[in-house]
Amino acid sequence: MAQSSDNNSLMAQAAKEALVAAAVSFGLFILYVGIETYQDINNALVWRTRWGLLAVFVVIAAVSRFLVVGFIKPHLDKRKRDKAKAGIPEVSDGKNFFQRNFLKIALIGLLIYPPLSVMLAGTQGSLKYVDNFGIQILIYVMLAWGLNIVVGLAGLLDLGYVAFYAVGAYSYALLSQQFGLSFWVLLPLSGILAAFWGVILGFPVLRLRGDYLAIVTLAFGEIIRLVLINWTAVTKGTFGISGIPKASFFGIWSFDVGAANNFTKAWGLSMSSAYYKIFLFYLILALCMLTAYVTIKLRRMPIGRAWEALREDEIACRSLGINTVTTKLTAFAIGAMIGGFAGAFFATRQGFVSPESFVFLESAVILAIVVLGGMGSLTGIAIAAIVMVGGTELLREMEFLKHVFGPDFTPELYRMLLFGLAMIVVMVFKPRGFVGSREPTAFLKERKAVAGSFTKEGHG
Amino acid sequence: MEYFVQQLANGLTLGSIYGLIAIGYTMVYGIIGMINFAHGDIFMLGAFAALIVFLILTSFFAGIPVALALLVMLIAAMLMTSLWNWTIERVAYRPLRGSFRLAPLITAIGMSIVLSNFIQVTQGPRNKPIPSLVTDVYHFGNITISLKQIIIVAVTAVLLTVFWYIVNKTPLGRAQRATEQDRKMAALLGVDVDRTISITFIMGAALAAVAGTMYLMYYGVATFNDGFIPGVKAFTAAVLGGIGSLPGAVLGGLLIGLIESLWSAYFTIAYKDVATFALLAFVLIFKPTGILGRPEVEKV
Amino acid sequence: MTPGTNTMNNNDTILKVEHLSMRFGGLMAIDDFSFEARRGNITALIGPNGAGKTTVFNCITGFYKPTMGMITLKQRDGDHYLLERLRDFEITKIAKVSRTFQNIRLFSGLTVLENLLVAQHNALMKASGYTILGLLGMPAYTKASAAAIDKAKYWLDKANLTERADDPAGDLPYGGQRRLEIARAMCTGPELLCLDEPAAGLNPRESAALNTLLHSIRDDGASILLIEHDMSVVMEISDHVVVLEYGQKISDGTPDHVKNDPKVIAAYLGVEDDEVEQIEEQLDEGRI
Repeated sequence: MAQSSDNNSLMAQAAKEALVAAAVSFGLFILYVGIETYQDINNALVWRTRWGLLAVFVVIAAVSRFLVVGFIKPHLDKRKRDKAKAGIPEVSDGKNFFQRNFLKIALIGLLIYPPLSVMLAGTQGSLKYVDNFGIQILIYVMLAWGLNIVVGLAGLLDLGYVAFYAVGAYSYALLSQQFGLSFWVLLPLSGILAAFWGVILGFPVLRLRGDYLAIVTLAFGEIIRLVLINWTAVTKGTFGISGIPKASFFGIWSFDVGAANNFTKAWGLSMSSAYYKIFLFYLILALCMLTAYVTIKLRRMPIGRAWEALREDEIACRSLGINTVTTKLTAFAIGAMIGGFAGAFFATRQGFVSPESFVFLESAVILAIVVLGGMGSLTGIAIAAIVMVGGTELLREMEFLKHVFGPDFTPELYRMLLFGLAMIVVMVFKPRGFVGSREPTAFLKERKAVAGSFTKEGHG
Repeated sequence: MEYFVQQLANGLTLGSIYGLIAIGYTMVYGIIGMINFAHGDIFMLGAFAALIVFLILTSFFAGIPVALALLVMLIAAMLMTSLWNWTIERVAYRPLRGSFRLAPLITAIGMSIVLSNFIQVTQGPRNKPIPSLVTDVYHFGNITISLKQIIIVAVTAVLLTVFWYIVNKTPLGRAQRATEQDRKMAALLGVDVDRTISITFIMGAALAAVAGTMYLMYYGVATFNDGFIPGVKAFTAAVLGGIGSLPGAVLGGLLIGLIESLWSAYFTIAYKDVATFALLAFVLIFKPTGILGRPEVEKV
Repeated sequence: MTPGTNTMNNNDTILKVEHLSMRFGGLMAIDDFSFEARRGNITALIGPNGAGKTTVFNCITGFYKPTMGMITLKQRDGDHYLLERLRDFEITKIAKVSRTFQNIRLFSGLTVLENLLVAQHNALMKASGYTILGLLGMPAYTKASAAAIDKAKYWLDKANLTERADDPAGDLPYGGQRRLEIARAMCTGPELLCLDEPAAGLNPRESAALNTLLHSIRDDGASILLIEHDMSVVMEISDHVVVLEYGQKISDGTPDHVKNDPKVIAAYLGVEDDEVEQIEEQLDEGRI
């Protein structure tokens, strides 16, 4: 009896909240969804109503609120209660084979990914999988791992990371065209130039804390972009720089169509850009692995520990004789250098750079990947990059949606909308990101992961 | 000299709009210590609400007096953005209050992306132009000042006074200041913290709507991505003036407006935003608490 | 480094504070304060709330720049350092003065062991060739890092925290956190250890464990300067007590001397001067 009356009151509660949600969403959407503005033949702005669509929005809001209050929340609460009662430890010890060898399996998977896509989709068909998914995601993995050193380890909130990506890209684009230097000379040089800029920009601002640092880095990011737009004599402004030389196979084979030592000719393969993309895939994979290796190594060195200590408590660091300014600068410079490498790679992959690629949104996306993955965790960040970048790329492929919503439907429009929604949803449910715990860098008896609730996020 | 005064007037107008947006940033930052990145997009929503209401009004009441139309647009936009900001705070920010510091920031950035893309999807990506609402101009010698500019500056001055009064003289303002100082203690003393924070968001949104309506009236056009640049500049203004300080926000806004118009007038228009951001960097490096901000003592 | 020879004629002095003044706006927090701490001693700086003890500490450890005055540190090998001229981290790195904080400042997300390794940053940095040699896996760094772990183990043992070495520092009980903070400060290899209210908030058992730790630190050769509120702790462990009230020194001497100084009693109990004698009588009778 009691159970059913409980249930009834729960349903009444859910119905009430659903009505509130309907009313609120009606208010929220009446102007923006209920009314459509468009330009008529005379180019004058006119409007028409879209009550049907508005009704859909309101119904969706009401129904989902009903489900959340009536079913999902009680279910989650019950599960939490049961867990608390049973006292099940959060971490289970018995990892299966897959979990234990996750990294090895992932690496092997990545190594066989290009040949596999060639086999399954053909040489030309593999382009999409290798380039749009593989390379695209790996670039973001590398950028996010680079930013992770600054934000995740040292706890310095950088909202202008894309500036260093831009410095790397333009360094390669300009120097390769002006001086004809090869990719393999310019790759390290681009990284060094970006690191140099990291130090120049970092030096005055690194004594700022928290949000002030965030906003100054955002300002620097915008300044660099605006200079790229306006310094037309060098950067060609918004037109961008095109015809950026391709990377060669370590100088042995070229991927230029006309070159004598063309890779496809040398190997007697059919002409296709797929081989270049596959080469680029392995190149960015190698760069990612280098980033991961350096990060893992540095974490176990005094400098890496100082970064993490800095994130936890800057004043305590100073009391232990750590020069916090140089410590922050190294984090900033190394992060910038990785951004610079990624930028040079980006330039050679696209063959074209323009300021459009280095807007604030890019910084936001990279930062989002770092935070969603779980600050400091390489695995978590890689997963976040795959989910967020891969997921939105996938949307481009969803042609079948056109059959559902009509031929005017362009899934790409919804890409960033869904990206933003995903950012919000993940943060609300998992504020510490996918992997919230931290691996200690040294241990006496056993390596125990540190729960996320102990680690701090830095103050600047 | 006349040219200078002319630019001053233009800068003041632009600065008033930045200042109105900046107040929302500063109030939210003051009370929950969070950069509400989506605030610029709330401003954009306000401009769109005013735009849509304008279209409806002119198609039903062709001869409506401009003043009345503006008033209706203003009120509708304020209601709309208030509801949005209230909902956003409830749904996306409140669950994260007191958690990990970066989580609300990321959520706010996500919300900013969602809002601008939502308008892009529902209203289309193109510029939305409307006919000029207020066309009167006054000449003082060679200086031209339009009625639009006077309205914008006057509205800002009035609203600043009203908000300054609310924050400093009313029980609501006291609750806000108490919550700002120490949320837990305020709650223990009977301040309804949730409600106070909600009201702060609503107040910020209402001011952003005013800024949005003024922006639409001044430029006669709105786009889905109009939120970002004014948003960043308004945040810059808030930081410049000293975050948490209401007069500071307006002062910062005016400063940025002036720098922008003077820089464009005397140097090159191309680098006006660079000048703004460079100024921000300079101020933060040499006076990190902004012009009117309270100095922050490092506690050891 | 001090040019003069007469600034420190006493060979046993490790820290000499002369005419120290610190002004915050209109408030004179410290006013012409001078005292000396001797090598191998536990020197206590006591005083009622708001007397300026922590301010003195922050001046010595470089977190504040004093308005006036000279703070001289003399190391074992005879080098002199003027602390007010060094930056905060240099005071630990070069002058070898380390400190703890009134409200514990541990790296709570790092493990206990990692906290102690971070404290050996400068030594390890040098051994790793400022990261570059270490990145290449040079044996010198491997050796240094093993030595660092050994040093950490030594202090873990002293602080009675070996069992908890692999747990996050934030997970330790309060007393453990206090001891870890002291052990961490010791891992920087200081000649002078400054402790800001180390016994605050400890229960009697934890307090006793702390005393043992402090004594063993002193026996190891480091000198200790501590601020303390709890008179019983001060009287039990210090060799020398300096009393501060309203930024000025009111008493200086052995615990016994200070305990019976009427000015100190007045300061602590806040009585009129003519009542001091009365209090002294009560003291003698053992009623307070």
